[in-house]
Amino acid sequence: MKLTLRIWRQNGPSDKGAMVEYKVDDVSPDMSFLEMLDVLNERLILDGEEPVAFDHDCREGICGMCSLVINGAPHGPERATTTCQLHMRKFKDGDTIDIEPWRARPFPVIKDLVVDRTAFDKIIQAGGYISAPTGAAPDAHAMPVPKPDADRAFEAAECIGCGACVAACPNGSGMLFTAAKVMHLGLMPQGQPERYDRVVDMVETHDDLGFGGCTNTGECTVACPKGISLDTIGMLNRDYLRATAGGAKK
Amino acid sequence: MAVSGGLLVLFIVVHMVGNLKIFFGREEFDGYAAWLRAIGTPALHETWFLWIQRAGLTLCVLLHIGTAADLAVRAKRARPVRYRHRPKVQGGYAARTMRWGGVILVLFIVWHILDLTVGTVNPRGVHGEPYGNVVAGFQPERWYITLFYALAVIALGFHLRHGLTSALQSLGRGNAVRERGLSAAAAVFAVAIVVGYLSVPFAVTTGLVT
Ligand code: SF4
Ligand code: FES
Repeated sequence: MKLTLRIWRQNGPSDKGAMVEYKVDDVSPDMSFLEMLDVLNERLILDGEEPVAFDHDCREGICGMCSLVINGAPHGPERATTTCQLHMRKFKDGDTIDIEPWRARPFPVIKDLVVDRTAFDKIIQAGGYISAPTGAAPDAHAMPVPKPDADRAFEAAECIGCGACVAACPNGSGMLFTAAKVMHLGLMPQGQPERYDRVVDMVETHDDLGFGGCTNTGECTVACPKGISLDTIGMLNRDYLRATAGGAKK
Repeated sequence: MAVSGGLLVLFIVVHMVGNLKIFFGREEFDGYAAWLRAIGTPALHETWFLWIQRAGLTLCVLLHIGTAADLAVRAKRARPVRYRHRPKVQGGYAARTMRWGGVILVLFIVWHILDLTVGTVNPRGVHGEPYGNVVAGFQPERWYITLFYALAVIALGFHLRHGLTSALQSLGRGNAVRERGLSAAAAVFAVAIVVGYLSVPFAVTTGLVT
């Protein structure tokens, strides 16, 4: 395959940045999207040019590092798939592909396609923990958890913290991520002591960091590589209202 | 957003039911309008209830616009650098047009009040005779007014389509099992409101109500 890439190049946080065009030949349809970028980078290095910086780690769809907006879609055109698991067979020979970083004020660009996602760590620090001493792994049925709760918590726990939800949201909101983290702990018995403090603290931190407000447009779930569903935010809202209406928290 | 919107929806339903009274004839419709002014008497002076309701509605509208503006500002701040390549968002048309749709609705409400409440832009505008005013207002030669009403009501339909599901979600009432049902119910409700509201002007334009 022969492709034309238009890639966001930005030399550092304060650089203005621009889209730069590259031609890549010899792309195999079996390559992953990131391998295709590796091919381009190898050539750039041989030519003495600066390679394109992009985030990646596991390349098997579990770490949440890869983060490219491909033709306007975070993680590209395939549903429930991370950028690293996207293959070039999803594109056609001769295609022009635009590649941009996540765009959100709380995710400033570090270089080219790499953004700083520390903001997500701050949301986690605000409440993404439990205080119950858990010790060694307990026996499987020592503490019964209703099956629906266990399933729901597990689904929420699938969030890999990639930030595609923020990148996709027209409001630049990180509420899908926040909701996934809140419900993942809030549905388990071990997460109960902090349940209502957690939701308020995490939402507050989310807002303070400059993420936008959720208007339920549903863009996030479409982009989410783990298919975290929109009603996770509904569950967060329910807990949030319970926490604030009861006067437990301001 | 959800709470002020919810109250406005209640008004929209009651207002539509009232409108449909026009199909029972002049007497009943004008009588209904007169009763609206008399609600609460003798405990309240005539039209006092109406003014209380108007104050409440205005407050709801202002709150609704205020929270919407806040969300819009936060959204703008949250993405200072825009995408170069951005296809139309994938969500529904309704979700995408909430903000501009809302602006259209405000403009419409202003016109509508001048037309059928105050009567200044109504060709007849006789106080206390809404039946005649409605009929005069939607005559076939004033088709552009009817068209404007139709567009505004359709905009309202889209606004409700997204607004209802979104409000339920914000109040924590949604869940995956119910989501589909709720979404369908919101669509049916929105269509019912649009049809209900449009029936009156079209009935007049086509000569069904004279
Ligand atoms: S909710 Fe989905 S899109 Fe958002 S951070 Fe988690 S995995 Fe990524
Ligand atoms: S590189 Fe780990 S999820 Fe893509």
